[in-house]
Amino acid sequence: MITFDNVHKAFGPKKVLRGVNLHVPKGESMVIIGGSGTGKSVTLKCVLGLLSPDQGTITVDGKDATKGDRDAFLARFGMLFQGGALFDSLTVWQNVAFRLLRGSLKRPKDEARDIAIEKLRRVGLTPDVADLFPSELSGGMQKRVGLARAIAAEPEIIFFDEPTTGLDPIMSGVINDLIREIVVEMGATAMTITHDMSSVRAIADKVAMLHDGVIQWTGPVADMDNSGDPYLTQFISGSAEGPIEAVR
Amino acid sequence: MILVTPLAALGRATISVFATIGRVALFALAALTHILRPPFYGREFAVALLNIGWLSLPVVGLTAIFTGAALALQIYDGGSRFSAEAVVPQIVAIGMVRELGPVLVGLMVAARVTSSIAAEIATMKVTEQIDALTTLSTHPMKYLAAPRVLAALLVVPALVGIGDIIGIFGGFVVGTQQLGFNPATYITNTVDFLQRSDVISSLIKGSVFGGIAATMGCYFGMHSGRGAQGVGAATKASVQAAAVLILAANFLLTSIFFVS
Repeated sequence: MITFDNVHKAFGPKKVLRGVNLHVPKGESMVIIGGSGTGKSVTLKCVLGLLSPDQGTITVDGKDATKGDRDAFLARFGMLFQGGALFDSLTVWQNVAFRLLRGSLKRPKDEARDIAIEKLRRVGLTPDVADLFPSELSGGMQKRVGLARAIAAEPEIIFFDEPTTGLDPIMSGVINDLIREIVVEMGATAMTITHDMSSVRAIADKVAMLHDGVIQWTGPVADMDNSGDPYLTQFISGSAEGPIEAVR
Repeated sequence: MILVTPLAALGRATISVFATIGRVALFALAALTHILRPPFYGREFAVALLNIGWLSLPVVGLTAIFTGAALALQIYDGGSRFSAEAVVPQIVAIGMVRELGPVLVGLMVAARVTSSIAAEIATMKVTEQIDALTTLSTHPMKYLAAPRVLAALLVVPALVGIGDIIGIFGGFVVGTQQLGFNPATYITNTVDFLQRSDVISSLIKGSVFGGIAATMGCYFGMHSGRGAQGVGAATKASVQAAAVLILAANFLLTSIFFVS
């Protein structure tokens, strides 16, 4: 469903993606792992048009992601950002219902609020948080609100950018379980980027390891521990010894 | 080689300045075209009107009243050197309406509003809120820049008008209470001397200065660097650019309105 074909992206002299090839089938949950600064976020942003690839193509259902009606294209996606990226000036329910209050998916205000509250319930938040502002919430609650916003318009494809960063292990587990449940329940295609191995095991159907600008290994999550790939093995074990240079 | 290095640096700096001017001009044009094309974000426009207009009133009023009062004292003292003390009402009126009202309001708006817009949008950029807007099918220029620029274009002339009146009132208070002018004569001299073109030029200047102030805030906010330092640098650069452009535009507009 989502296909990366020889995608390159550089920022000045720094080549971040050097020919990414990856296929994410419809309805599957693909987790991209890799060290910090290896281009995981850049990969997702290239799909959404937040960044333009220098070379190569990205297709969604066979259609070039950079062409066609942007509004209709983006309406198919939901995204949970690393820091939540909630709008400070809007209340929680207005954040969740943002897409439902404007644009092609616009609904009446009361209906949009009802949907927002239902999505908040789905991610384990009570309706009384609906009228609070994001700054009044804890980090874990903000992540949940971000998750509710990502699923509010029932998208076909959901991206999760470091969903557990900054959370304690218990809250990380809760968010991982929620993501897995929601993706299965909605039948959505999911792409998650993380370096949290507990997230990988909880969320992934398939795993892709990005290193040095290319996909070093890809396969089912069950094969991950016995892949025989030295990069993946080092990453999973968190060892300083191996082909991935660790600066001390 | 010793000569080439500074020349190359000068060349790079010159190219960089012109490239920035070009980018700002394209950004301003894009903001204006987004104002004219739907969708329109009424709530964001109303919030911008409130922030730029209503909440700027205290600082504009205080700036104008003290400036008008000081201007009356200066004209009285300066005019007394050639027996022209009587022109205080006329010169305060023309000075406030043609020049000081629009420029001081423009600079106050640059200090208060440009910095606030730049810091807010830069923070949104740093925290990925602008990326989030895009993924939610909302164009950041349309949602963030267009309502603010439109609000500034419309409400800053009103601020200038109010500033002009308050400034003239400051001169009136000093003129009648301290310098011994007759209140009725002071008002008559002020009203009779001012022409419609003075007021229109003042309001047009206000609109242009408001547009500059909001555009600079949006431009530098959206092009901010990363982290707290990036937000700080964007805020500082936006106020500097807005202040300089307002003063340059004032010279240009004065030349157009009153010299040609």
